[in-house]
Amino acid sequence: MGARPVEGLIVDHKSCGCRSSRLRIKWREPGLGADYLMHKVATSRVDWSALRADFPILRERVNGHPLIYFDNAATSQKPRAVLDVVRSYYEHENANVHRGLHALSARATEHYEKSRQRVADFIGAASADEIVFTRGTTESINLVAQAWGGKFLRAGDVILLTEMEHHSNLVPWQLLSERIGAQLRFVPVRDDGTLALEKLSSLLTPEVKMLAFTHVSNSLGTINPVVDLCQKARAVGAVTLVDAAQSIGHMPLNVQELGCDFLAFSGHKMCAPTGIGVLYGRSEIVESVPPWHGGGEMIVSVTLEKSSFKKPPHRFEAGTPNIAGAIGLAAAIDYIEGIGRAEIFQHDVDLAGYALKRMAELPGLRVLGPERDRGGVISFVMDAAHPHDLTTFADQYGLALRGGHHCNQPLMRRFGVPGTSRASFYFYNTREEIDRMIEILEKTARFFK
Amino acid sequence: MNPELGDLEELYQEVILDHSRRPRNFGELADAAVRVHGDNPACGDEIHLGVKFDGDGGLQEIKFTGHGCAISQASASLMTTKLKGKSRDEVEEMLRAFHDLVTTETNNDAPKKLGDLLVMRGVRKFPQRVKCAMLPWRAVGQALRQSEGEATVSTEEPEFA
Repeated sequence: MGARPVEGLIVDHKSCGCRSSRLRIKWREPGLGADYLMHKVATSRVDWSALRADFPILRERVNGHPLIYFDNAATSQKPRAVLDVVRSYYEHENANVHRGLHALSARATEHYEKSRQRVADFIGAASADEIVFTRGTTESINLVAQAWGGKFLRAGDVILLTEMEHHSNLVPWQLLSERIGAQLRFVPVRDDGTLALEKLSSLLTPEVKMLAFTHVSNSLGTINPVVDLCQKARAVGAVTLVDAAQSIGHMPLNVQELGCDFLAFSGHKMCAPTGIGVLYGRSEIVESVPPWHGGGEMIVSVTLEKSSFKKPPHRFEAGTPNIAGAIGLAAAIDYIEGIGRAEIFQHDVDLAGYALKRMAELPGLRVLGPERDRGGVISFVMDAAHPHDLTTFADQYGLALRGGHHCNQPLMRRFGVPGTSRASFYFYNTREEIDRMIEILEKTARFFK
Repeated sequence: MNPELGDLEELYQEVILDHSRRPRNFGELADAAVRVHGDNPACGDEIHLGVKFDGDGGLQEIKFTGHGCAISQASASLMTTKLKGKSRDEVEEMLRAFHDLVTTETNNDAPKKLGDLLVMRGVRKFPQRVKCAMLPWRAVGQALRQSEGEATVSTEEPEFA
């Protein structure tokens, strides 16, 4: 990685929202856009292998081998701290929120709303009212496409996406555009897995009403220049949505610094339970978005003919929400901030750099995506073995990879492969595990050659 | 035998690896009566099957092209060698027997007539790979149903498109 500290720029933590008392130095990440500043810290302060003890599942054996879990881009594992909080909620606080007059309901409501504030602080939102709890990234994006898009987009308007979007940031826009007659446009992906930003000025015309793109590619590991993209979109009056599913638990992130209007993520990729996610919506925009799902919790008053609706975020949370999930998400945030997102990012980068170096030693193996400035997601193809065979073979040795199209079928077509194998890391992974992966890949190549 | 390979050794028997590396009956069937395209959208595997029938509706000629994992390619190759020259009833019976072979955990008395196809038995220990093994068989089932023209089958049947 070619990241360099910006000399002499020592900053506080107002922008990142983290609670660490350690001093941090802003650093500039080449390729991320001039204004994109990251924090860099010495990762040696963190005892990474000790953190593994917090994750009971990492002691599992699979097919007689210790589990090596390299499928973190699909979902992360959960630390005991999160599991305990969820269990404790059900044992001591469980009730429905926002309507009961009894003590437990008050406890549950307070904990649920505190979790919303915790999320707001975590991503640097101006207010907890900008945080909508959803089932995950997919539901968050569908909410924007259907409720915001349904109201504000017209036939002939353009929705600008990129060729590297996960199906969850593509299909909702296809459904919308078919319904209202809007057009889809795509920022192409270069051969090296980065966005062809030189094409942006011709694509980002005044007809573009929405620019929706991923922060970090779930297949290629590419880190996109969010600040730059959001600025350019705003200059033509387009609203922006950032898919932060792959970045949220992996790097410092502040929605006001990024300058986005909407940001979507899932809890389960950042140590929280499945079934909880977030839509951040900047208040000026989200207030004008009409309801999406109708039901209890989201109304002010209801007659047989008509209803009036609460303000955001409650307007978008019809029915009993995933209370335990939201509380688990707040616990995951506490856990992650206890380590430090800057430290986690540095660890990801270290592991990815080490893995890329070791994988380059293997003949007949090709890595997709950029050589540098990337997150801890590595997609690769092996001449000797189809991704499906490779993944089945690796599993026999306890190595959990993902094989297939990773919900990126257009991107796979772009690179002329039916699918890839993918290794994706998180902070509890180690260099020793990567060494073991290399041994297993060598065995795979020998077996299928 | 390599004990550390465990169930892999049964899944990827030498015969299967051989058929995946050098598939038999691979190529276009110029005067095919039916062409069926089999897709596995979950992994991008594709089988394009060409079939010619004899006067009684039996499988006179069968060839395939496509690309995919070792299991789908070997399954297609083994299938074509087995089905060529078989009557319609025999093909249908084989299709049922093969499906049972790769999906039934306890099936230890598979019909002897499956012959070479018995090497595919290891798939049943890998439920995620059953679709790979069944892809060419789904295609041949469709070919029998339609007898002429062109069709596409998918391991994920689209219900609303």
